[in-house]
Amino acid sequence: MSRLLEVDRIRLSFKGVRAIDGVSFHVDEGELFAIIGPNGAGKTSIFNCLNQVYRPQEGDIRWKGESIMGLKPNKTAELGIARTFQNIALFPHMTVIENILTGRHVRMKQGWLAGAIWLGPAKKEELENRFKVEDIVDFLEIEQWRKHPVGMLPYGVQKRVELGRALAMDPELLLLDEPVAGMNLEETEDMARFILDIQDELGVSMILVEHDMGLVMDIADRVMVLDFGRKIADGRPAEVQRNPDVIKAYLGEEFEPAD
Amino acid sequence: MRGRPQLYTSYAADQALLNTGTKRLSFALFGVVLLCLPLGFIPGFRWAADADWMLVLAEVAILFIAALGLNLLTGLAGQVSLGHAFFMGVGAYVAAILGSPEGPLWGLGLPIWVWLPAAGLVAAAIGVLIAPTSFRVRGLYLAIVTLGLVFIGEHLFRNLDFITGGSQSGRTFPPLEFKFWKEETPFIDFATDGDWFGVELTGQAKTYYLMLGLALIAGLVAKNIQRTRAGRAFQSIRDRDIAAEITGVDEFRYKTIAFALSSFFAGVAGALFASFVGRTIPEAFGLPLSVEVIAIVLIGGAGVVSGMGMGAAFVIVMPLIVRTITEWLTQVAKTGEGVFQKIADVLVSTGTFDPGLVSASAGSGPGLNVFQLNQVLYGLLIVGFIIFEPLGLYGIWLRVRNYWKGWPFTY
Ligand SMILES: Nc1ncnc2c1ncn2[C@@H]1O[C@H](COP(=O)(O)OP(=O)(O)OP(=O)(O)O)[C@@H](O)[C@H]1O
Ligand SMILES: [Mg+2]
Repeated sequence: MSRLLEVDRIRLSFKGVRAIDGVSFHVDEGELFAIIGPNGAGKTSIFNCLNQVYRPQEGDIRWKGESIMGLKPNKTAELGIARTFQNIALFPHMTVIENILTGRHVRMKQGWLAGAIWLGPAKKEELENRFKVEDIVDFLEIEQWRKHPVGMLPYGVQKRVELGRALAMDPELLLLDEPVAGMNLEETEDMARFILDIQDELGVSMILVEHDMGLVMDIADRVMVLDFGRKIADGRPAEVQRNPDVIKAYLGEEFEPAD
Repeated sequence: MRGRPQLYTSYAADQALLNTGTKRLSFALFGVVLLCLPLGFIPGFRWAADADWMLVLAEVAILFIAALGLNLLTGLAGQVSLGHAFFMGVGAYVAAILGSPEGPLWGLGLPIWVWLPAAGLVAAAIGVLIAPTSFRVRGLYLAIVTLGLVFIGEHLFRNLDFITGGSQSGRTFPPLEFKFWKEETPFIDFATDGDWFGVELTGQAKTYYLMLGLALIAGLVAKNIQRTRAGRAFQSIRDRDIAAEITGVDEFRYKTIAFALSSFFAGVAGALFASFVGRTIPEAFGLPLSVEVIAIVLIGGAGVVSGMGMGAAFVIVMPLIVRTITEWLTQVAKTGEGVFQKIADVLVSTGTFDPGLVSASAGSGPGLNVFQLNQVLYGLLIVGFIIFEPLGLYGIWLRVRNYWKGWPFTY
């Protein structure tokens, strides 16, 4: 397995608040890596660093061995990092198809001029990518909402569309920020199935941030635990569950290790 | 045979511009009506062949082009701009410099195929220079910056009197004619009466045809941009800029493109407008013109190409109706009798000392003049549409259509 992403002692603070405090980790190709931790631990901030929306003051982030520090966020998308958001960040006035097609943006080439005159190449590209989008629509089972503006769709469907938009980017690394937050059991199981399919069939590596411990322990290959911006443990799910620091800091007394 | 209009057997059919039979039929019908209008034989529309109406419709077409530009920037890319009139002014004066006959003011006498694209391109170039501000300031603040642009523009236009002729007399603009170069008689003259292919047409009808053709091209271009990669990039920035960037849309690049394209449309429309009017003063490209275009976008339905047509027609025709009603009320107030005379008298001001809401003759009497009343009405309509029908006339049309689609099952 080759190394996809390497995060090296990054430090990020906001006017005195240490959001990330010297965290290092790595993700290998095809791996499902989970980050857990209490609220405000710095999980979303790590995603924002990977997308270069936030710029860590110290440390380095390497993609396939090369530093991505200082890139514009859209360049991280070109590299192959895609993301879904903790609070859904779809384009609410666009339809499901249009949202997912926007995910294809980085993999499409035709500029506005070719589009304006609907020239052969632009038309061809639109059509080819429409096919790709339809595959994703099929995969996520959202056919019936195709032409609906996403702003009006139920929460669970929006979560899927957002996953679809990220998948449309042909990512090598998928950042999932609480993909099952606020979902019922059935929706959670569907989402878990999608995540596993993405890993198995598409071979996409993932970083999963999630509060649903059951899900994380079930599907993650490795887990990292954060608390107050600091890494307090990492390893296989079973190891992490037994780590006394983790139990103390995060899982609390209520947590009972699964057998 | 309605069949199943929503059943597409290929994505190509689904993505086509006119993707239902009804759309194709109504578009064809609409096109035929517009084409035949000047010939004056369509029952119910004979009045439209009248020269004055031809000019009104030509003006609708020009403002449609201008509105398409603002719609791209504001409706699609979400960047509110009050500066559209400035870019129209730039287009107009570039056209004047390049296309007007040589005389006391700058003018090179070049043909339309030079001055019209150049008007768009120069405006677009200035748009590119302005675009970075939209990266620094957003929303309302951008509106204020672009408002400043209109004032600076008007000031510049007024003072560059060797180009613009200044506020007193203004200047003439290139005639609407097609020449290959500087030959004496134009190949096509759009402004004087004559026959085309054996059909006798007035100059006004020819002007109408020219503007109609250009509006059709502009509409197609706008629609194509909207439904392809760049159009989606614009909309993604409008809806959620950070998510758009993380999805791979280069925000800076696409905001710049949006400004450039928008200004291009504005420049072309401004050049056409000036050339259409023939002579105008720098103040014509001030804030009221920007407001008029904003009114078209919001009344027509922001983000909707066909809405711009409805909006432009509405905004051009409304003042005519207001004027007609005012004149009619003035007549009633002067010569009518009974309770109607009383009501009319309260509403209109008939002379310098007669109080009233509106006065038919500009500049006299205490009431608003028709122009001012129009501005007030635009304001009210803009606010009304934003609050009650953000999709504008297009939204109303959708509701009417859906009502009839479901008829008689109307819930
Ligand atoms: N843009 C910002 N400005 C100031 N402080 C911020 C900003 N973003 C995050 N923080 C702070 O950084 C810390 C980590 O926040 P972050 O959103 O990364 O936590 P999280 O682990 O994702 O929490 P949750 O589980 O609630 O989503 C918090 O204290 C938060 O207030
Ligand atoms: Mg978070």
